[in-house]
Amino acid sequence: MTTTVTPLARTVTDSWVVAKRNLIKIKRVPEVLIFVLVSPLMFVLLFAYVFGGAIDPGGGVNYREFLVAGIFVQTVVFGATFTGAGLAEDMQKGIIDRFRSLPMARSAVLIGRTFSDIAYNVLSIVVMALTGLLVGWRIRGSALDAVAGFALLLLFSYAFSWVMAWVGLLVPSVEVINNASFIVIMPLTFISNAFVPIDSFPTGLRVVAEWNPVSTATQAVRELFGNTGGAPVPDAWSMQNPAAYTLLWVVLILAIFIPLSIRQYRRAAG
Amino acid sequence: MGDIIRVRGLEKRYGEVRALDGLDLTVPEGTVLGLLGPNGAGKTTAVRVITTLLRPDAGTAEVAGIDVLADPMEVRRRIGLSGQYAAVDEHLTGRENLEMVGRLYGFPRARARARAGELLERFDLADAGDRPSKTYSGGMRRRLDLAGALVAAPPVLVLDEPTTGLDPRSRIQMWEVIRELVSGGTSLLLTTQYLEEADRLADEIVVIDAGRAIARGTADQLKRQTGGERVQLVLADVADRDRTRVLLGEVCRSDVRDGETERELAAPAEGAATLMEVLRRLEEEGIAVLDIGLRRPTLDDVFLTLTGHGAEAPGTARTEEPAR
Ligand SMILES: Nc1ncnc2c1ncn2[C@@H]1O[C@H](COP(=O)(O)OP(=O)(O)O)[C@@H](O)[C@H]1O
Ligand SMILES: [Mg+2]
Repeated sequence: MTTTVTPLARTVTDSWVVAKRNLIKIKRVPEVLIFVLVSPLMFVLLFAYVFGGAIDPGGGVNYREFLVAGIFVQTVVFGATFTGAGLAEDMQKGIIDRFRSLPMARSAVLIGRTFSDIAYNVLSIVVMALTGLLVGWRIRGSALDAVAGFALLLLFSYAFSWVMAWVGLLVPSVEVINNASFIVIMPLTFISNAFVPIDSFPTGLRVVAEWNPVSTATQAVRELFGNTGGAPVPDAWSMQNPAAYTLLWVVLILAIFIPLSIRQYRRAAG
Repeated sequence: MGDIIRVRGLEKRYGEVRALDGLDLTVPEGTVLGLLGPNGAGKTTAVRVITTLLRPDAGTAEVAGIDVLADPMEVRRRIGLSGQYAAVDEHLTGRENLEMVGRLYGFPRARARARAGELLERFDLADAGDRPSKTYSGGMRRRLDLAGALVAAPPVLVLDEPTTGLDPRSRIQMWEVIRELVSGGTSLLLTTQYLEEADRLADEIVVIDAGRAIARGTADQLKRQTGGERVQLVLADVADRDRTRVLLGEVCRSDVRDGETERELAAPAEGAATLMEVLRRLEEEGIAVLDIGLRRPTLDDVFLTLTGHGAEAPGTARTEEPAR
């Protein structure tokens, strides 16, 4: 039979089987996709046309150009909600129990889920990028930097996926997940440089915004896309080294939430 | 080998509720054990412990000699579970559901596909196999879920209330499927709230109430505990009640029991002879009856005798005495 397979190979195949199952759902329930795609699109258009005239990002950069990186980051962070909601739904429907009763790798359900959710994020990034191009956003850096920028976005969202995976297993209710993520992610993205330049915040909030990983992710992506113009960068180390600081967060989040989520999965609903 | 499932002293509390309160049970290899109890008796909790989904607060469980807590992975290889609520992925087709389960048991792709095809045929789902399972009826979903439990042809099956919520036709169909399965030698632990179901499918029955086993035996043994057959009749005219009571007492030489309505009476019988004698005497005395017959005690009667409440009484889990 299949007795000689190593645990690692087993984890990889099992995760792939789970991921494939989640991807089939994208195909069968395209309505979900519409929400995934329409909300970032709306954000780009609303901010570009409603607030666009009122906000000057400084450095001679057009606001729309400034905005797109912020929307990218906000959207991929919100994208993590899908991971939590998907797991919560599987818990409610007893599918997690079915998986847990099978002799499969115990991390596979979570790895498969977090990987398949990258697909949602890739799709929404494509839609946002196209919308951005329509409203005047351009990539002004090298192609390699641009690739690095997109990679950083996906890594950042991947880390948040594991946070939401843990929450989804802990509180298996799709409604609660959606509301909770809204309550947490909204302030996280608004107290950042995603939509307004960081020096527009009062001092206390400014410090928070400077060390907020959403700000640094946005800053890093802006720099990689060449969307910063000559605007001065705050002195904080985090903002001076935004990519490194963001990656630190990614590593930290993964180091905490992967084991935490797997533990929660093993005792799910116990 | 003796017992394929052996459970000792299982305890599990949820706050004040003792879902399991020292449950013991064994399933001899190759037999069907019916775990019979009302809603909230602890059946699902017991199933979840045995199938490695839940750690108990105390007690041990072994499947095929393997400790469920010490080596859950080995237990999962040997056990097929169909839970109380069909856990099929509604966005996947029936075939995709089964293929996925096969792959997760470690089957190569071709083998998983072949097995899925076989099971769809066997469970009468071949025609619907390529439709998303959310289009399935309750009975079809349940069968698909059961098929999922059988993908790896496990030697031990655990079915948690396999027919709850099914219409009578699907229920009978499910019974046939299960009976055919166990005729092949699979050991089965089956939970149910339906007395008739346990009677039909199980070699032995454990009655569970408030998290512990309160009786064990074959359906016949349990029935005997509540006394044997009785003759039961419904009077056409309530005015005949006292006369009939005397008559029944004479023929049956025993106490006469009141039925659910004023028109109903019952008394212990010794087979058809008693029934004939009662009929003859009724005729003689010119007492008309709407209905008369021999009734075997149902497992419902058993439950009433054992626990003092009917099987369908809600909320029977025992709660802790409040601390003073
Ligand atoms: N996760 C849980 N949290 C709290 N109480 C629970 C939980 N699971 C079961 N119970 C309680 O434990 C008792 C036994 O439940 P269960 O095993 O589901 O019974 P059955 O399957 O026989 O209907 C019930 O009183 C139920 O409310
Ligand atoms: Mg139950």
